[in-house]
Amino acid sequence: MPTVAPLDLQGHVAGVAFLGDIPFFAESSGLVHRLDHGHKTVEAHEGLLSSIRDEASDTLLTGGEDGKVLRIKADGTVSELANVPRKWISQVAAGPQGAIAYAYGKTAHVRLADGTIKDFAEERTVEGIAFAPKGLRIAVARYNGVSLHWVAMASQPVDLEWKGAHTGVTFSPDGRFVVTSMQENALHGWKLDTKPGAETRHMRMTGYPAKIKSVSWSAKGKWLASSGAPAAIVWPFQAKDGPMGKAPLELGTRANIMVTQVCCHPVEEIAAIGYADGMIMVVRFADSKEVLLRRPGKGAISAMAWNKNGRQLAFGSEAGDCGVVDIAG
Amino acid sequence: MTEATTAAAKPIPVTVLTGYLGAGKTTLLNRILSENHGKKYAVIVNEFGEIGIDNDLIVESDEEIYEMNNGCVCCTVRGDLIRVVEGLMRRPGRFDAIIVETTGLADPVPVAQTFFMDDDVRAKTELDAVVALVDAKHLPLRLKDSREAEDQIAFADVVLLNKTDLVTPEELAKIEATVRAINPSARIHRTERSNIDLTKVLDQGAFSLERALENEPHFLEQDHHDHDHTCGPDCGHDHHHHDHDHHHHDHDHHGHEHHHHDHAPSPIHDVTVQSVSLRGGEMNAERFFPWIQKITQTEGPNILRLKGIIAFKDDPERYVVQGVHMIIEGDHQRAWKDGEKHESRLVFIGRELDREKLERTFKACEAAPAGAAAY
Repeated sequence: MPTVAPLDLQGHVAGVAFLGDIPFFAESSGLVHRLDHGHKTVEAHEGLLSSIRDEASDTLLTGGEDGKVLRIKADGTVSELANVPRKWISQVAAGPQGAIAYAYGKTAHVRLADGTIKDFAEERTVEGIAFAPKGLRIAVARYNGVSLHWVAMASQPVDLEWKGAHTGVTFSPDGRFVVTSMQENALHGWKLDTKPGAETRHMRMTGYPAKIKSVSWSAKGKWLASSGAPAAIVWPFQAKDGPMGKAPLELGTRANIMVTQVCCHPVEEIAAIGYADGMIMVVRFADSKEVLLRRPGKGAISAMAWNKNGRQLAFGSEAGDCGVVDIAG
Repeated sequence: MTEATTAAAKPIPVTVLTGYLGAGKTTLLNRILSENHGKKYAVIVNEFGEIGIDNDLIVESDEEIYEMNNGCVCCTVRGDLIRVVEGLMRRPGRFDAIIVETTGLADPVPVAQTFFMDDDVRAKTELDAVVALVDAKHLPLRLKDSREAEDQIAFADVVLLNKTDLVTPEELAKIEATVRAINPSARIHRTERSNIDLTKVLDQGAFSLERALENEPHFLEQDHHDHDHTCGPDCGHDHHHHDHDHHHHDHDHHGHEHHHHDHAPSPIHDVTVQSVSLRGGEMNAERFFPWIQKITQTEGPNILRLKGIIAFKDDPERYVVQGVHMIIEGDHQRAWKDGEKHESRLVFIGRELDREKLERTFKACEAAPAGAAAY
């Protein structure tokens, strides 16, 4: 039976992550909490908007309403990577070779390990940034599509066009696909490994009753799980053309409670599914078998993360009730 | 229910400030932020500009229009507001209300529609009122060179006729008649240097179906030249009557033979917005709803705002409707009071509205046998 170690915070939790085996909880207030031989807190930002774990360095990257981009180490040490007074840093991304990216307004910025900053201007607001899994390349989500930029080269970006507002972006772990979440209740995907000159392959993933706030690739990128429905919608990406012409799995279906967060296990083909009422289940893709990890709580699940070996799941909610679930008990 | 849902139950009110460059938006904003009213506001601005107040809840945001992928040209929302409101609402304890200041050339419609069309924004906030500032001195010029100035007035719930000290009483009366011609249902206040009792601007509930028309005793009344709506602080009563006459005078040139008392294509040459006010008896719900649906579907792009109170036959409650382009909302508001006349009133503000057709088809929705007898 899974056991839950609770941590009650005051406000909305924007992100959670494990650095080593230490769970971190980034509150929208700007306080970053960790459970490291007791509850410890760092006052990182005056308002925190974005946070992501940088795998390469096993640190937490955060962006705030105070215009700062910070790197937080497992021991709580904070270093400032960028400071743009009065701008909201609503996007941060972690890349290879110590590179990070952040955005405000219509420009994406990549900061290389040596501190050099490269700017990538867009015509519209940058709404999402992701690094490609190989090579120093970023995808920038913006109105009417995605721009792909090579960071080191001063070349024209590749424009992936699709009408509408794209509010987030992710690469598949093998780098073959780019997927965006949209203002409409849909995901949109592009296949990148088409032959030069071949027609662009679009993937329209629709039918959701709500906006998709959370997506997660399964181990080795065979599946893409998503929120936005009263079940986790999990699209198959094993085939050459991804999910085209295929129906998704619907896992952890509940009558009228929306899924707000999904988080695929680092090893197994299972996913943690967080709901609007604070409940969390873990569900296996192969047979849809469900295990309850946490009963409903005070608020909608707003963030989840597995530790490296996949034995522990950290979670946070919009109301601040957080915790760590040990699935081995 | 859980604590979180109870906490989220009361949506945060949002006031939208529009007005042409130089109309006095920043001055009003500074008043709102500095006056001692015991409330905290988060302010979304296009540029920090001249806001002299140090407030960490002023957020800069580039106006960004999203067209929705549903084939409807008027279904536009403001993407930047969706993002900023989401960010603000993650820490809701910091403020009591949100104010959105738009640029001088901004179209108010996408701003307002954001609060109806985006599920997340709608769940946590509610549009309180659209407030338009009008520069009394320069309005005639603005109306000549921009459609936005007219749209902002047409769309407003509250109009502040500002810089009244820079014009003569005669000019002011004319300007007010122009504003009234563009928008017969807005509350108009005269101001100098944006000086106004903030209770007339904030917390208006203009988009609330419960409150919308409750606060407007003169809404679409037969003789509704609104003295009570339009009294500025420096405005004596005699003087006011003078304006009132002028107002009449302007209108008398035009189409008063319509018994529905419509604001005809306005006497001011540069005004392209018109309003059509409809009045009828008790309605047949089975005819009215398909009618209003069809009108908003087909005429949506031309309709900036619509507001109305509908009396349905055999219904003990008043039904209120309001709309923005193709979006329409309606609900029962309250029981009819004893002795209150059960009549239906509806005003459309827009462009290229077919008055005759609207009147005729509206009348055809009436339930009264008198209507049937006319055939």
